[in-house]
Amino acid sequence: MIRAATTRIAAPAAALAAMAGALVPASAYAAAVEGPVTKQATNWSAIIMFLIFVLLTLGITFWAARRTKSAKDFYAAGGGITGFQNGLAIAGDYMSAASFLGIAGLVYANGFDGLIFSVGWLVGWPIILFLIAERLRNLGKYTFADVASYRFQQTPIRTLSACGSLATVTFYLIAQMVGAGKLIQLLFGLDYLVAVIIVGVLMIGYVTFGGMLATTWVQIIKAVMLLSGASFMAFMILAKFGFSPEAMFKAAVDIHPKGLAIMSPGALISDPISAISLGMALMFGTAGLPHILMRFFTVADAKEARKSVFYATGFIGYFYILTFIIGFGAILMILAPDATGAYPFLTAAPAAGAKAVIANVIGGTNMAAIHTAHAVGGDLFYGFISAVAFATILAVVAGLTLAGASAVSHDLYASVFAKGRVNEADEIRVSKITTVVIGILSIVLGIAFENQNVAFMVGLAFVIAASANFPILLMSMFWNKMTTRGAVIGGTLGLVSAVTMLVLGPTVWKAVLGNPAALFPYDNPGLFSIIIAFVGIWFFSITDNSAQAQKERKDFEAQYIRSQTGLGAEGASAH
Amino acid sequence: MNQSAQRILNNPKFQELVAKRSAFAWTLSIAMLVIYFGFILLVAFGKTFLGTPIGSGVTTWGIPVGVFTIVSAFILTGIYVYRANGEFDELNRQILEESK
Repeated sequence: MIRAATTRIAAPAAALAAMAGALVPASAYAAAVEGPVTKQATNWSAIIMFLIFVLLTLGITFWAARRTKSAKDFYAAGGGITGFQNGLAIAGDYMSAASFLGIAGLVYANGFDGLIFSVGWLVGWPIILFLIAERLRNLGKYTFADVASYRFQQTPIRTLSACGSLATVTFYLIAQMVGAGKLIQLLFGLDYLVAVIIVGVLMIGYVTFGGMLATTWVQIIKAVMLLSGASFMAFMILAKFGFSPEAMFKAAVDIHPKGLAIMSPGALISDPISAISLGMALMFGTAGLPHILMRFFTVADAKEARKSVFYATGFIGYFYILTFIIGFGAILMILAPDATGAYPFLTAAPAAGAKAVIANVIGGTNMAAIHTAHAVGGDLFYGFISAVAFATILAVVAGLTLAGASAVSHDLYASVFAKGRVNEADEIRVSKITTVVIGILSIVLGIAFENQNVAFMVGLAFVIAASANFPILLMSMFWNKMTTRGAVIGGTLGLVSAVTMLVLGPTVWKAVLGNPAALFPYDNPGLFSIIIAFVGIWFFSITDNSAQAQKERKDFEAQYIRSQTGLGAEGASAH
Repeated sequence: MNQSAQRILNNPKFQELVAKRSAFAWTLSIAMLVIYFGFILLVAFGKTFLGTPIGSGVTTWGIPVGVFTIVSAFILTGIYVYRANGEFDELNRQILEESK
């Protein structure tokens, strides 16, 4: 793992430099706040609003706990979530604090470039719908490994899928926990340690007692809060300019130190290989995230699964347009003087006649959206947005934890260890114990990584998902000649090559480990590791002529019919 | 393979469903990929175009192009869901019915 001797990026100036320069692809996935932050005065309106959210979600957990009896209830909310609800929950899983604060901060600092990332995060969804969603729903039960291992030997495929899931979940969780601690320190004036423990304890509570039903509703509530808060901000910003984007852009160009450059693509994407590699990791990584894939098993059938993606794409797209407006709003609220001529959100007011310095924003560029909330809605709304940011992290970690626990209990324990000879009660018990272990582990890791630069970890999670989970899943559904051997070797090659190239690349080798030059030139290895995984699966499948392989090829037809028509697919449970 | 599955396989409607739905899904996927990678290539090679103001204002061509990419993702999913949940699901229902 990363040694303690790593060089930290001193925020906020270096974080900003990183954003403007070569590091951007990694820092765009970044946790909410990077580098050391100072604890702020206790923010009571935020704390009270957050407590209301917690009480509401605990009430829902209590309600969900009484309805969660079978394994299907625990893993898949009984299959009774509607397409619309699931669409909101998927959008909730996806609209993390990192994407809200990170993209708004990116737009604040660089303007147009923020939009490039928003687009990259979104376009994976249509592809998931067209190629994966309904087959996944028709074949699966609780985890994506159910689908990936459908006609293959259970032990190797489930073990590999569980490793891929756990790796993805762990890196994602560390980034979220560290982000949560820092954000809460800044917004609520609570200790880092207290914040990390609150997040860990609450997520254990939601998941162990309420399972997928509680996790889904926590996600839905948070998505509604975030979408309403962001809509209000965008409305207030546009209202100041008579709802004319042109007037808003004009004012921003006049005041931003980069001037007209914020209206065109900058240095963010310099060469096409990096751009395509990042695009592929974002696109296919989304389709390989275990906590997202699990959501498809919470709806009744393929019809509802399709609707889920339609609504999710709409909500996420709308949200990214809002963050773009909010980013421009931030330029206008932070870099321009207020009615009294003061600059309340900057550490230093600009010299007479000079433009304000972007990096002088209090708390770093990722705080831009939060300051904007303060400026447009006053203390109360600032408290609301702070509470939403906290709720967002909580909801995302709950989903991740459930996915990690399912990989252990359903894939490793029930299928690999007990070979399917296990009763539901035992399986759920293992899942709950795992949830507690993951919860405690993430508190410990959150504390251990407090002062590390964890920005690359979400990137790592996406690249692993895109290079190990996704190729196996896609090929198992589309390619009749795939065999267990091909899947295992190809998936492992994807996993190993992705991690190796990322560690040797500029993001980790140079920025985190402090070496003078990277051994691998690109920030994002997606393009290469994804191809390696697919070629590996292809080559080691076609050269496999064992009796087992013949049988697996023969079984494709039955799987194909089920994936296309839903014949024999899991239905919703009765209640 | 069980009897129902065998009947489905022999049903010409099944071949029709799979052919139509796959062609439709791949067409839309390719449309999305072309739009997205077109946008990315414009960002890499067409910076001047994206940075050109529309008319006399400061709003550049990049803004509508970016927003179009986002909106197109939503519209394409809508088109797919409309046809899949209507026409294709009806065909699928008939196939399952006839397999009993």
